[in-house]
Amino acid sequence: MPHWLSVFCAWLKSTPLSQRLQPIEWLVPLVQVIHILAICAVITSVLIIALRLVGFVSRDRSLAQMSARFLPVIWCALPVLLLTGSLLIIIEPVRSLGSVAFQLKMALVAAGIIILLVYQRALARDPTRWERPGSRLGAGLVAIVSLLPWIGIIFAGRWIAYAPGQ
Amino acid sequence: MSLDPFFQWLESTMLATAIRENVLLFPLVESAHVLMFTVVLGTIAIVDLRLLGFASRDRRVSALTAEILPITWVAFAFAVLTGAMLFSSNATKYGHNIYFESKMALLGLAGINMLIFHLVGSRDLANWDGAARTPWQAKAAGGCSLLIWIGVIACGRWIGFTMMSTFNF
Repeated sequence: MPHWLSVFCAWLKSTPLSQRLQPIEWLVPLVQVIHILAICAVITSVLIIALRLVGFVSRDRSLAQMSARFLPVIWCALPVLLLTGSLLIIIEPVRSLGSVAFQLKMALVAAGIIILLVYQRALARDPTRWERPGSRLGAGLVAIVSLLPWIGIIFAGRWIAYAPGQ
Repeated sequence: MSLDPFFQWLESTMLATAIRENVLLFPLVESAHVLMFTVVLGTIAIVDLRLLGFASRDRRVSALTAEILPITWVAFAFAVLTGAMLFSSNATKYGHNIYFESKMALLGLAGINMLIFHLVGSRDLANWDGAARTPWQAKAAGGCSLLIWIGVIACGRWIGFTMMSTFNF
């Protein structure tokens, strides 16, 4: 761990909030459960949009309609993930921030969010671009590229427990 | 009747041994398990929220379930498969873990809730299929389902939390 990170973690651990929360044994698993429930919302929403992109679900509704239905769920779940994630970091700064798995996870979170924003923007500009004849390959690629970061996030997230920062 | 002999046999199988001893295998199977159950819960939530009349009110219940539940079942099958693999690696300890036992009980309850709705609650589905406001039986089924499944996830996390000392790596 770089020195500045070490110093930051030590500071974080010494804050009144962290000191107050650290001894509460059941707090970390409880916050993790809420974190997991919010991830359910994100992964399922991305999956549904991906399935619609390849025409596996809701063909009676446009991609634009489906995205308008499920993208907001993701945007609402992300603050919950940020809040619960931050709590976990505050309670165990070294374990999280010092973990390569965690750092990878954050990179994937950034990638996942950027991809969704680009998707949302592209769809707003041209709502039927992935429903026109000849767009199947493109739609399939978008579906996979949207989903992959979040699958990676789940694996990286679990991996923190096996390669915690020390 | 003690299940311990069965648990011990499970633990001795090649697959269980591989998962228990291979540093990569357990986390991989575990992560796959997490991925699967997040899809199970998320898709069930879509249906439950419709039954509660909270979301997707413009879609017919029958259309929604016909579309969503196949995804749920596929994810559930893989969740059970990966779960069984995880369980087998340390069957005796898991088998006696109170949170594991509770999780199994809750899964059973989820099944019963689903069965009751299928056999009774959805009898007159044609009458309220397209309605935004659903009958109390549908709301009860949806609400119970959500609570039970959140309980399943919570118990699952607590199994991991209480079993941490079991692992050497």
